[in-house]
Amino acid sequence: MEDPGKPELKQKVAAVWQMENSGTDLVCIPDEYSSWFAAVEQEKNVINRLDEALRFQQTSLNLRAARQELLASNIANADTPNYKARDVNFANALQNALAGTAAVLPAAQTSTMHLQGNTGQNILGTPVMYRNPDQPSADGNTVNMDTERAQFADNALRYEASVRFVSDKVKEILTAIQG
Amino acid sequence: MSLFNIFNVAGSAMTAQSERLNTVASNLANADSTTSANGQPYRAKQVVFSTTQMGDASAQGVKVAAVVEDNSPMKLVYDPKHPMANAQGYVEMPNVNVVDEMVNMISASRAYQNNVEVLNTSKTLLLKTLAIGQ
Repeated sequence: MEDPGKPELKQKVAAVWQMENSGTDLVCIPDEYSSWFAAVEQEKNVINRLDEALRFQQTSLNLRAARQELLASNIANADTPNYKARDVNFANALQNALAGTAAVLPAAQTSTMHLQGNTGQNILGTPVMYRNPDQPSADGNTVNMDTERAQFADNALRYEASVRFVSDKVKEILTAIQG
Repeated sequence: MSLFNIFNVAGSAMTAQSERLNTVASNLANADSTTSANGQPYRAKQVVFSTTQMGDASAQGVKVAAVVEDNSPMKLVYDPKHPMANAQGYVEMPNVNVVDEMVNMISASRAYQNNVEVLNTSKTLLLKTLAIGQ
């Protein structure tokens, strides 16, 4: 795209933009500028398409990284008394992040002794939950190293898969551009 | 970026575990020390771990909150020839339980290895991320 570069032209363009934004339909573009406006529109479309092509995997990578951090915290605190293992529901988190909504999942508390399911923190709008302890230890720690290690490896692999998808998408786009 | 935070989390855990290993080494080395700096027999030491926040709320690292002394009674060994023997011929030996210490040592070293692996995995993921589009 070529910038016309002339000050009076820039003024005209600014005026046209202002009219567009104010909702006036009476925009009259002189013929000599119409090709330039078409180029601007096309470029906006291309950028939208590029963003759409990568947005899903980008969100997924962000969530995977955040979850990896949670799992690393669980592994780090395997010997800390009273530490409660935490995790997120990945499917919910991805749906929320893509839709831009924040889910509130209240845990049913039928006794005051119950652990509050929601830790009060959230990752991209999805609450971080405490894991249900399967073998609680005497010091109040609920980290099960087998679960955490397995989830950590699983999450790392899926992160790599997302990275690969993004990489391939970029290559695909480059092929489309360069032929 | 949250993957960088994992370095801090795993690093803090490694520091804490190595401090635990340090106390184990100290306890095992002094398992027969009948006198310490205060003239009393050596008392076994234990570390107390606690959670500490690193960066954002979901990154919880570990810190050593305190090093406490074991208050269990000293072992009494009958050895009248020993210079530290009391009037009845008993010597107060440190309250170090060697079996406990060995278990602690294995646990600390395994936890340390776990965290090294976490760190390496995060490093691999970051490197792969850097290679996007290449």
